Amino acid sequence: MNPVSDLGAIGYLLFWGLTAVAAGIFLYRGVQLLRYISLGRGNGQATPGIRRGLAAIFNIIVQECQWKNLTHRDRAGVGHAFMFWGFILFVIYYFLFIVIASGFGIYETMEHNSFYVVYAWITDIIAPFIVIGAVWCILRRYIGRPKRLEGQLTWEALIILITVLIHPITHVGKIAAQIAAGSPPAGLSLATPPLSTAVANLYDGATSIEAWHAAWFWSHWVFVLLVLAIIGYTRYLHVIVAIINDLIRSAPPKGMVSLIDLKNPATFGVSRVDNFTQRDLLDIQACVVCGYCQENCPANLTEKPLNPLLIVRDVKANLLSNAPVLLKKQEPSLELIGGEREGSISEDAIWACTTCGACMEVCPVYIEHVPKIVEMRRDLVQMRAKFPEELLNLFENSEQRSNPWGIAPADRAKWAANIDAQPFEADKTEYLFYVGCAGAFDSRERHVSLAITRILDAAGVSWGILGREEKCCGDSLRRLGNEFVYDRMARENIAQFQEMGITKIITECPHCFSTLKNDYRQYGMELDVVHHTEFINRLLKEGRLKLNGGSNGLGNVVFHDSCYLGRHNEIYQAPREAVAAVTGKAPTEMERHHNKALCCGAGGGRMWMEESLGKRINIARVEEALKEAPATICVSCPYCMVMFEDGLKDKDADERVQVLDLAEIVAGALE
Amino acid sequence: MLVVACVKQVPDTTQVMIDPETGTLIREGVPFIVNPFDTHALEESLRLKDKYGFRVAAISMGPPNTEVTLKKALSLGADEVVLLSDRVFGGADTLATSRVLAEAVRRLGEKDEVFMVICGKQTIDGDTAQVGPGIASRLGYSQLTLVDQISDVDLRAKTVVVRRKLEGRHEIVEARLPAVLTVVREINRPRYPTVPMRLMSEEAEVILWDNKVMQLDEETIGLRGSPTQVRRIFSPERVKGEILGDGLNKPEEAAHILIDNLLERDIISL
Repeated sequence: MNPVSDLGAIGYLLFWGLTAVAAGIFLYRGVQLLRYISLGRGNGQATPGIRRGLAAIFNIIVQECQWKNLTHRDRAGVGHAFMFWGFILFVIYYFLFIVIASGFGIYETMEHNSFYVVYAWITDIIAPFIVIGAVWCILRRYIGRPKRLEGQLTWEALIILITVLIHPITHVGKIAAQIAAGSPPAGLSLATPPLSTAVANLYDGATSIEAWHAAWFWSHWVFVLLVLAIIGYTRYLHVIVAIINDLIRSAPPKGMVSLIDLKNPATFGVSRVDNFTQRDLLDIQACVVCGYCQENCPANLTEKPLNPLLIVRDVKANLLSNAPVLLKKQEPSLELIGGEREGSISEDAIWACTTCGACMEVCPVYIEHVPKIVEMRRDLVQMRAKFPEELLNLFENSEQRSNPWGIAPADRAKWAANIDAQPFEADKTEYLFYVGCAGAFDSRERHVSLAITRILDAAGVSWGILGREEKCCGDSLRRLGNEFVYDRMARENIAQFQEMGITKIITECPHCFSTLKNDYRQYGMELDVVHHTEFINRLLKEGRLKLNGGSNGLGNVVFHDSCYLGRHNEIYQAPREAVAAVTGKAPTEMERHHNKALCCGAGGGRMWMEESLGKRINIARVEEALKEAPATICVSCPYCMVMFEDGLKDKDADERVQVLDLAEIVAGALE
Repeated sequence: MLVVACVKQVPDTTQVMIDPETGTLIREGVPFIVNPFDTHALEESLRLKDKYGFRVAAISMGPPNTEVTLKKALSLGADEVVLLSDRVFGGADTLATSRVLAEAVRRLGEKDEVFMVICGKQTIDGDTAQVGPGIASRLGYSQLTLVDQISDVDLRAKTVVVRRKLEGRHEIVEARLPAVLTVVREINRPRYPTVPMRLMSEEAEVILWDNKVMQLDEETIGLRGSPTQVRRIFSPERVKGEILGDGLNKPEEAAHILIDNLLERDIISL
C-alpha cells in the first residue's frame, strides 16, 4: 500500500508539490534569517573543529538535552525528553519510510524487510511517550502554570505542543491500518508492533481499510510538512539553533565580551541591532521562552525593569522589524535602546544587570545575555556619555587615581603599615599578593587583607605586594561598558606585570581574580592567578596550616557564593572545604546555592550605583541567609562583604550575625 | 559669538606632599589633573554652546605638557583650544597670569566677538581666586564671581543674569556683556567624553601662542612682572585637641559636651 503511488501521477504531484511548498517555506525563512543574522558584525571567533562539533552534539543528546532534563527539579524536562527522543526517531522514520519509500515509490523495497519491522516497533513504543510528553507539557503549562512562565503563556506554545501531539497519533493510525490490511509489517515473520496491532483490531469489519490508511497517511504527512514550514517562524527553531549555539558558545567563562578595536567604531558599543555580533543575533533565535532566566535573575526577582527573557525577545523583535530596512542600507525606525515599543530596551533595564551570569547558567539553549547588555552599556557610555550620574565619579576616579573612590594612590600600602610586607621582587618573592582596591582602601576589607597575610606567613608562603604601585584591575569599568578606560588600565597592568616578571598571583577579590585570569588573557597575557579561597584550601590540604580545632565562636556558618568565583569560574568546592576544615562540618547552604546562588547585588558595577528601583537585592539575599539561622555568614568577596553587612543592619540582625571572609575564618582558627 | 573657558592644569593636591626639611612641594611623580573648578567652567561654556550656539574656546597658560588638559577640553566639545606657553610666562603670580590670559582673550576677540569668559572660582594649588577678577579688570569686562547658575543670556541686549552663591544667601544680578564669570562647583555636573571625541582630540593639534605671538612686554609678565613672591610653603602646625568626656562608655554625655562646646564657639547654632 502506498497512498502516493495509488493515486498515480496525481499522487506524486500532490506529495512532492506539498513537500516542495513546505521545504520552500522552510528554506525561504532559513535564508531570510541567515541574511538578517549576517547583518551583525563578525567577532573573529574561529570556526570550531570537528572534534568540538561532535562534542557539542554528544553534549546535546546525552547530557544536556536529556539526562539533565530528566532530573530537573520541576520535571518539565521529562516531557521534553520524551518529545526530544520521539522527534529524533521520527525524523529518521520520515526520511526513510515516507520521503524515500513513498516519495519515490520504492516502498516495497524499503518496507519488506525486518529493519522496517524493527523500526515500526521503535516508533510504536516511543509514540505513546510522545503523547504523554506533550500532554504533560500542556497540563503543566496551562493548568499548573509554573511561576517561571509568568507572562509567557502564549498561543504559540500551545500550537507547537498540539502539532507534537498529533504526529504519534496519526502515525499509529497509519501503521495500524497497514497491519489490518495485512500489508507489511504484518506480512513478515516477525511479531507485529504491539500498540499498532491493538489499534488494528479497531478496523475489524471495516471495508475501506485502504481509504483509512490513505487518510492517516496524508493527514500525517501534511502535519509533518506544516511543522517543517513553521520551524523558522516559531520556537521550533531551537531544534536547529540550540545545537549551533552549543557548538559555537564561547569557552568558559560564559559571557566574555570582546575587546574594542580603536580603529573600528562599530566595536565601541551596540546602539543598533546590526552592531551586535553575528553570534549575538544567532543565539537569540534559539529562545524557547522557558523562563528559567527570568526566575533566576536577581534584578527580575527584585522587581527591577530588567528581565533577561525580555532582552532576548526584544533584540529578536528588533532584528525582525529592522532587518529588511537595514538590508537596504537605510536607517531603521525602531530604536534598540530607550524606545517604548516591543523590540526596544529601556536604559533602566540595561543598568540593572549585575552581570552575575545566572541567566546564562540556566539557559538550556546557550544564549549569552550578559555580553549583549554590556555591549549596550558600551554604547551608552562610550558613544553617548549617558549613564547614571553616580558613575561619573567612579569613571573619573578610576582613570585618574586608579581606584573607585579617588583616594590618593600613595595611600594604597597603608593597610600594611603595621605588618612586614615585602615589595614583590621576581627573584625574592614567589607570589604577588594582588590586594585590590577594596582590600587596600576599605576599612572593613583591610582586615581580610591582613588575615590573608597571616595565613600566607603561617604556611611559609613567599609573597610580596606592589604597594603604592598596584593599580585597579578595571573590572567595574569593563562590566559598566567603559571599555576604553578599562583597556588602558588593563594594558598598564599587563605592562607592569611583564616588566616585573610577575606570573603567579594571589588575589583577594574574585573580581580581580576573574579579570586578571580571564579578561587579560584576551591580550595574550597568561597568568597563574589563584583566588585566596582556593589557595587557602590548597594550603589546608597540604597540611601547611595548623588549626586550633576549636569552635572559634563561629556557630552555624552559612556560605554565600560569589558570582565571579562560582558561576564565572566554577569554584564552588574550595571555600566550602576550607570552612569544613575549620568547623568540622560542611557550611549550611541557602535555598539558592552553587550555580543557582543569588548575587549580592554589587557585581557588574552595581556596587557604585544607587539601587532605587524595586527591592534591594542585598536585602533579598540577606533574607535568604537569615532563613538558615546563621551565626556567621561566610563570604569570599569584598562586594559581598559590604552588601551583607549593610543588609544585616537593615534587617536589625547585625548584632547576632557576623559576616566574615573565609580568610578571616581560617586565620581566626590558626593555632 | 565666543565663550572663552580658562582652564589650568594643576598637580593633584591630594597626592602632593611637602618636604619637611626644605618646606617645598615634592612635585616629582605627582600626576596632573584639570583644576576641578575649571571643569565646571568648561562645562558651563559647553552648555551655553548647546543652548545659544556659542563657539567655545578653551585657553590655558602653562608648560608644554598642559596640552593634555586642553585635549581633554577638545574631547568634551570645545571648538578651539589655545596653549599659552613660553619660558617668559613662567613664575607668574596672579597679576602677571591675568595679563597673559587677558591678552589671549583680546586676541581671540579679534576674530570672533567674545561674550563671556568663564573661569573656575579658584585653583586648588594657588587657591587665590584672583585670576578671574584680574582678567575682568585688565579687559574692562563685567565681573561676576561665585556664580552657581546662569539664569538668562540676552543676546540682543547683551546682558546676562546670574545667581551668585554667597555665604548663607544667593544674589541674583544682571550684568552687561562681555563679562567674566567665575563659577562654583554647584553650577553643573561636568559631562564625560565619548570615545570618538577622545580619539579625535588625541589626533588634534593644539594651537600654541608663545610671546612671539602675544608680543607682551616682558617686564609685565612672568616672574619679572610678578609683584608677589613666594617666600616659603609650609603645613600649618595643628594643635592637638583634647579629649572631652568618655565617648566609649557614655556616648550620649560625650555628645552633649560636644554640642555645648560647638555652641559656645559659635560653630553651630540652634
